[in-house]
Amino acid sequence: MKSSVITFPGSNCDRDMDVALKKFGFKNKMVWHADTELPKSDLVVLPGGFSYGDYLRCGSMASKSKIMQSVINFANSGGMVMGICNGFQILVETGLVPGVLLRNKYLEFICKNVFVKINDKKNKYFKNVDNEVLEFHIAHNEGNYFCTNDQLKEIEDNNQIAINYCDENGKIEDQFNPNGSLKNIAGIFNKEKNVLGMMPHPERMIDTSLSGEDGSLFFKNLINNLK
Amino acid sequence: MIVNEQVAVDHGLKKDEYAKICELLKRTPNITELGIFSAMWNEHCSYKSSRLHLKKLPTKGKKVIQGPGENAGVIDIEDNDAIVFKIESHNHPSFIEPYQGAATGVGGIMRDVFTMGARPIANLNSIHFGSPQNKKTKNLLRGVVHGIGGYGNCMGVPTIAGQTSFDSSYNGNILVNAMTLGLVKKDKIFYSKAAGLNKPVIYVGSKTGRDGIHGASMASASFDEKIEEKKPTVQVGDPFTEKLLLEACLELMAGDSIIAIQDMGAAGLTSSSIEMASKGNLGIEINLNKVPCRETKMTPYEIMLSESQERMLIVLENGKEEQAKKIFDKWNLDFAVIGKTTKSKKIELYFDDEKVADIPVNTLVENSPMYDRKWKKAKLPKKNKIKKEDLKHLKIIDVLKKILANPNVCSKEWIWQQYDHTVMGDTIQKPGGDSGVVRVHGTDKAVAASVDSSAIYCWAHPLTGGKQVVCESFRNLISVGAKPIAITNCLNFGSPENEENMGEFVECVQGIGEASEYLKFPVVSGNVSFYNQTKEEGIKPTPAIGGVGLIKNYQNMITMDFKEVDNIVLVIGKTEGHIDQSLFARNILDEKNGPPPEVNLFNEKNNGETLLKLIDNNLIKSAHDVSLGGIITAVSKMCIKGKKGINIKKPKYLINEIEYFFAEDQGRYIIEINKKDFKKVADILHKNAVHFDELGTINVNELYINDKTKVTIDELLTSNKSWLTNYMSK
Repeated sequence: MKSSVITFPGSNCDRDMDVALKKFGFKNKMVWHADTELPKSDLVVLPGGFSYGDYLRCGSMASKSKIMQSVINFANSGGMVMGICNGFQILVETGLVPGVLLRNKYLEFICKNVFVKINDKKNKYFKNVDNEVLEFHIAHNEGNYFCTNDQLKEIEDNNQIAINYCDENGKIEDQFNPNGSLKNIAGIFNKEKNVLGMMPHPERMIDTSLSGEDGSLFFKNLINNLK
Repeated sequence: MIVNEQVAVDHGLKKDEYAKICELLKRTPNITELGIFSAMWNEHCSYKSSRLHLKKLPTKGKKVIQGPGENAGVIDIEDNDAIVFKIESHNHPSFIEPYQGAATGVGGIMRDVFTMGARPIANLNSIHFGSPQNKKTKNLLRGVVHGIGGYGNCMGVPTIAGQTSFDSSYNGNILVNAMTLGLVKKDKIFYSKAAGLNKPVIYVGSKTGRDGIHGASMASASFDEKIEEKKPTVQVGDPFTEKLLLEACLELMAGDSIIAIQDMGAAGLTSSSIEMASKGNLGIEINLNKVPCRETKMTPYEIMLSESQERMLIVLENGKEEQAKKIFDKWNLDFAVIGKTTKSKKIELYFDDEKVADIPVNTLVENSPMYDRKWKKAKLPKKNKIKKEDLKHLKIIDVLKKILANPNVCSKEWIWQQYDHTVMGDTIQKPGGDSGVVRVHGTDKAVAASVDSSAIYCWAHPLTGGKQVVCESFRNLISVGAKPIAITNCLNFGSPENEENMGEFVECVQGIGEASEYLKFPVVSGNVSFYNQTKEEGIKPTPAIGGVGLIKNYQNMITMDFKEVDNIVLVIGKTEGHIDQSLFARNILDEKNGPPPEVNLFNEKNNGETLLKLIDNNLIKSAHDVSLGGIITAVSKMCIKGKKGINIKKPKYLINEIEYFFAEDQGRYIIEINKKDFKKVADILHKNAVHFDELGTINVNELYINDKTKVTIDELLTSNKSWLTNYMSK
């Protein structure tokens, strides 16, 4: 399986993503933001970080960078595109996934482990994951998901919510919401479910020595689903 | 502007220093030259009050590749890998403008590290605030934490450990010390020594603005009621540009075009150009019209003294300019050839075709003032006689809860959760343990780092305090299974012109020197921050020690959380019952006098090395050093982290329970071992003449003391965790 990770100026989880993808069998290529053509890929990843310093609005400048037109075309033709953290912020700025990401409710950067409940498994990202709940890791300042009522209705009607913040037993309640996200949303799909944006970083959980191993589970499953 | 003695005094120079400048130049300096002298001769850049004493520190060792004198120290961690590290203060600006002050402190120290060719792999910090009741404390703490996070998080470098304390002596002068570790190949280390004639001098990074002018001079003076006016001397950070600068520099460094490189930190273009020239015994000629400026009509004086951030000066091989420029263009950074190296051994500056400065380099560096300040030797205070009746009414559990909730002991999760501590995917021990630990990417090795200070002990007796901080750093590394290699120090003191403050400095440095010599734990880099003082009131002496150690196989790392029910817990090291200056004495008995705990270097070394032997033999399940709050506080933290309880019994040899549990004797660790290993462990400890006590056995979720008093671990957790969160949300 071939993957591409886009490096924007200010990306800082690009290497971590490269390491994770390779560990689970992807042949990964790093792609520079100023390039115009995507290498042939089965998966394109927009990594975490602070693209363009998060100036103006998180993800907004990166969404206009040269490579993004190819990424958008790739997504529109059914290609798998995953945005993690800042990558999620870039995705909402392109409109590939609905909604916006506001500043965290308590106005503070949060770096910690969280639990997320998988809401939908009829997609290539989560199909065949045995667990209902995964332990993931977040590190962000602007992960407070928000959208209009109309958008929310559409998202729910299409089952576009990918994962929700919850407790270890999968209970989705306000107290387990780390950033104030609407409906505890931690990640969403586009309608076709080939594009996934999520705040948690599975690439930081690929080894028992790190924050946990549920990231391994995610990547192993992902590559199998793509085969 | 006409330069005279008064103008010089306004620049922070002393009258006799101005006279010396005129004598060295054999003329009156112009305003640009005076600015340059004031920037180079201030305390912050010249170390004029400290140089004499710093020379006495042990700086060499088998693992030391580069000691003090470069941008940062470098140590060998085998396999052609090296760690570059340093700690630096950003105290004065952080008090004036906490967010930017702290942020640029973090940015500055990271630049020091990547200037040497190393990719930063971990950040740490030591931050100290006034009393929680002081009305400024909360906002300063919030601003500093946001600033540190704002910069470090954006750079994508994990903040893996730190230290926070509160003491009323910091009411008017907070401390913000930032430390960075970087990883480099031993044969790809870059230095700041210029070499060769007519080599192009290159400016890269951000444009120069009017921010931070006289920042270094501001940091070399005490505060008074007019400090608000000094806001413009605080630099403004842009971590995004620094991230680009980091990547661009490392890309350029992969080739062979750089002769020397130096970041523009304190005193900006002035100190960077002069340092490179001085180390290379050369001159440098600069055309200031070529310096990229952010604002219009900047004068030579402003350009030379600006402390705009995210800038570097590079001496390049001839003919490599185009190739280098391409890299900086790719990263959208300014790149300008602004001058060349010369044989004149002078700094010659041109602006609008006029020569605006002409100063021999040695007058700024070798001939800079050096003072042997008067200092007062501190007496060892007399021991207090603690009356047993005073202790009788105290209930251990109540005291323990109070201590766990003390601002200086409580959990600092509110702080470190705001720092990205997991980016780069190699953090294997997060903040909240004895040391932070990161793997050396792609290897089995890991590097441990901790930062410590003990202002109370240093204030009570500077010599003992100085030794103690080094020992604590040593212990914190050993507790995670790392072999201590070297330290960096950030020496935060009051005014050197005050004999008592100067005495504190001299004796703390002596203590640091003695301990680091004995423990073979040399000082490879550091920084001095004097004048942490408002009017006549100085801070408690606060040398901060950043220690670095190596774990050869990261799978053998130790953490402090209790692991398994029925395992046995021992205390390594003898408990004599030293209560004076302990958290218990100061906060529970309200007794602020007396000597700090004695430091026995033989025991420190022996106990520590023996524990490492036990770790090497896979006999240790968890370990934690005993520090503030004594044995019972240390054990409680291990319970909280491991979500386990313990039955503890006080050994018979000391009469008083309170003294045994809360004393802060040095050289001690708590260890957890498996029952079946007890004999093996006891044998090794006996053979190495290490004293130990059997403390107790791990249980499910309660702390039992001598079979009579008990408390649940959840209650202890609440005491420990809630203080800071509640304080910050009020």
